[in-house]
Amino acid sequence: MTTASLAIEGLRLAYDTPRGPHTVVDGFALALARGDIGCLLGPSGCGKTTVLRAIAGFEPVRAGSIRLADTLLSSPTTHLAPERRRVGMMFQEYALFPHLSAHDNVGFGLTRLPRHVREARVVEMLMLVGLADAGARFPHQLSGGQQQRIALARALAPAPDLLLLDEPFSNLDGATRERLTRDVRDILKQAGQTALLVTHHDTEARVMADWTGRMHNGRLTAWEAAAQNRALADNPRHAIPPHDASRWQSPALD
Amino acid sequence: MRGLQPVGPLWRAAAWLIALGVLAPVLTLLWLALRGDTAHWAHLAEYVLPHAALQTALLLAGVGAVVLFIGTGCAWLVSACDFPGRGVLHWALLLPLAMPTYIVAFAYLDLLHPIGPVQGAVRWLLGYDSPRDFRLPDLRSLPGAIFVLGFVLYPYVYMTARAMFMTQPAHLLEAARTLGASRSGAFFRVALPLARPALAVGLSLALLETLNDIGASEFLGVNTLTVAVYTTWITRSDLAGAAQIACAMLLAVVLLVMLERHGRRHQRFASGQRMRPMQPRRLRGAAAWAATATASAPVLIGFGAPAAYLVWETIKRLRLGQGVSPALLASLGNTLALAAGVTCAAMAAGLVVAWAARAMRAGEGARPNAAAARLATLGYAVPGTVLAIGLLTPALAFDNAVADALSLRHLPLMGAGVVLVVACSIRFLAMPVGGIEAGLARVPPALEQAARLLGETASGTLRRVHLPLIAPALATSALLVFVDAMKELPATLLLRPANFDTLATWLYAEAARGTYEEGAIAALAIVLAGLVPVALLARTQLHSPPENRA
Repeated sequence: MTTASLAIEGLRLAYDTPRGPHTVVDGFALALARGDIGCLLGPSGCGKTTVLRAIAGFEPVRAGSIRLADTLLSSPTTHLAPERRRVGMMFQEYALFPHLSAHDNVGFGLTRLPRHVREARVVEMLMLVGLADAGARFPHQLSGGQQQRIALARALAPAPDLLLLDEPFSNLDGATRERLTRDVRDILKQAGQTALLVTHHDTEARVMADWTGRMHNGRLTAWEAAAQNRALADNPRHAIPPHDASRWQSPALD
Repeated sequence: MRGLQPVGPLWRAAAWLIALGVLAPVLTLLWLALRGDTAHWAHLAEYVLPHAALQTALLLAGVGAVVLFIGTGCAWLVSACDFPGRGVLHWALLLPLAMPTYIVAFAYLDLLHPIGPVQGAVRWLLGYDSPRDFRLPDLRSLPGAIFVLGFVLYPYVYMTARAMFMTQPAHLLEAARTLGASRSGAFFRVALPLARPALAVGLSLALLETLNDIGASEFLGVNTLTVAVYTTWITRSDLAGAAQIACAMLLAVVLLVMLERHGRRHQRFASGQRMRPMQPRRLRGAAAWAATATASAPVLIGFGAPAAYLVWETIKRLRLGQGVSPALLASLGNTLALAAGVTCAAMAAGLVVAWAARAMRAGEGARPNAAAARLATLGYAVPGTVLAIGLLTPALAFDNAVADALSLRHLPLMGAGVVLVVACSIRFLAMPVGGIEAGLARVPPALEQAARLLGETASGTLRRVHLPLIAPALATSALLVFVDAMKELPATLLLRPANFDTLATWLYAEAARGTYEEGAIAALAIVLAGLVPVALLARTQLHSPPENRA
């Protein structure tokens, strides 16, 4: 799997309003090494989701740059189309296509592959998230936890260079959220996936991330290794083995 | 709906009576067809039906393709892109709804006449002298009819498609983009499949109008089933034959209504999520102006050009000092009288059905009773000619019997226009029933319970509590019925009393004779009246989605 490093420098993002542009992010900088999981923490409205949308290519960049490995994704003069960035995204509301089955949702980004390769990849992804049997079901027939896993499988299927996760656990109840947080981390680590997560939950950040940063007034105020924190969170009583797909089938998730 | 008090048996009976009245013409037709005059069937099946059915099928297919293309394309353009004039085009794209199909055909026949203004201009541009050297393809053809009908009926698809696109959650399209789909890929793979139910609803409404149309098809020489029904009865006085052709049309109606119901059932699944809707992308430079031109074209063709023609012809006529003839004024009076009569009848029937259906739903055995309301609103789908033929048989039987018994020299029902008012009320009943039901649904049940606890009866509560509260809904429904009755042509042609002309039939006669003298004035009056409901529609339809966004 090829995942690359993310480098953001001097980023300024703004919304157009009738009274002129309203700056929400300014002087934002971040570096994430290949295979690492980063996390942006902060209250709602601090601009963290806007940063994610800019990396995905849905917001124009007013100043600064966003690079993925050697590719310049965004700058005031460059804007690579979202579909050409090799950036995957998991949306807060999952954004599963209601007219497609779970199988077809996962296969949505694989149309350029030959049919048999595509089929194999979809099956592989469904197995990875422990929903090998749910392919024929439609989003409204899946529970919240299952929808979340299909959304993760769909985002991972095209093997993006970078995966963005926008509050991926916010629609789940407490117990499910705690379990899925660890499982998602395991899956991402197993895939060697570079990922950037946005959340306002400290626990999620501690469990998921290698690096965490806090956003305040559109700036990143701290960017530090989270390994030590996670070691504390992963206390021996809750120690879990490396990713094991069988755990996905736990009834607590459904 | 729990907690509502049931209505009395009188209301219930009245509602069922109205529902049966709506069904009566259809049942009559089926009875006529089943009674089976085989000689007629053989003749019709050999000489009339195959040709007319093929022409109708081709017309429906062609109009369907055109309205889907224009309606969906324009809806996507104004929902997904921002360009100069978008704010105006947003509602202006609805304007062709004000143009009845027979008027747009009437206008284009003159506009595109070989010695008319458009062909003259084209010849001048290309340097030809006479129509013998160069002329455009004749509008009087199946493609001509498809063109004319497509450009006035696309707003049905535009309306439903745009409502869908504007409420589609933006994150679905964004998800498609992050998964490698281009802008057009996201449209074809996500936005369009999700809008399919809405498109089915719009398409079926446009095709029901196509099936109902008589003027445009006849002026343009397309011998559809509707035209066949009309000529079989009017020129050959063959009621049984007309009824049998009408039965064939009913089959098409049933299919279209099934398509519409299917679409409405599935609309929820696609628009259930209330999320951030998509933000239009600002186009710049040539692309922006190309978008403006593309979205303006249907408005100009379906409304601008014919309306300008009618205004121009009216001014020309009035400046010649000839004024308006007494006959035209008389038909204006007839039109207003007919519209007023239909409005009163349809509003009264609509109120009974909506009130009974609402209360019935609360009571036991709700399903069969609510069905009365659904049956009563089916008239909108039955083409005017079919409705007229279905009503003619029982009305004539009744009239002849009464006339014979009382030695009358005229037909009491037909002669007084009662049958025409009934036919139009049946056809437009869906508007007051729908409007009043929606109004009643917004009145909190506690108000009714309070009134009843204070000693008021069910009917008294309706009069003293509900009617004042739903007055705006009543006014809107009444206005819609009034304008539609003014525009009605096919049923009016068949059921009007002798020597009774409305603006629509006046225009029809002028066009049939090929005289265009006062036709433009009559047409302009109808179009001006037709603009009123379009303005209402534009206000309610266009402003509700953006307001709901916040």
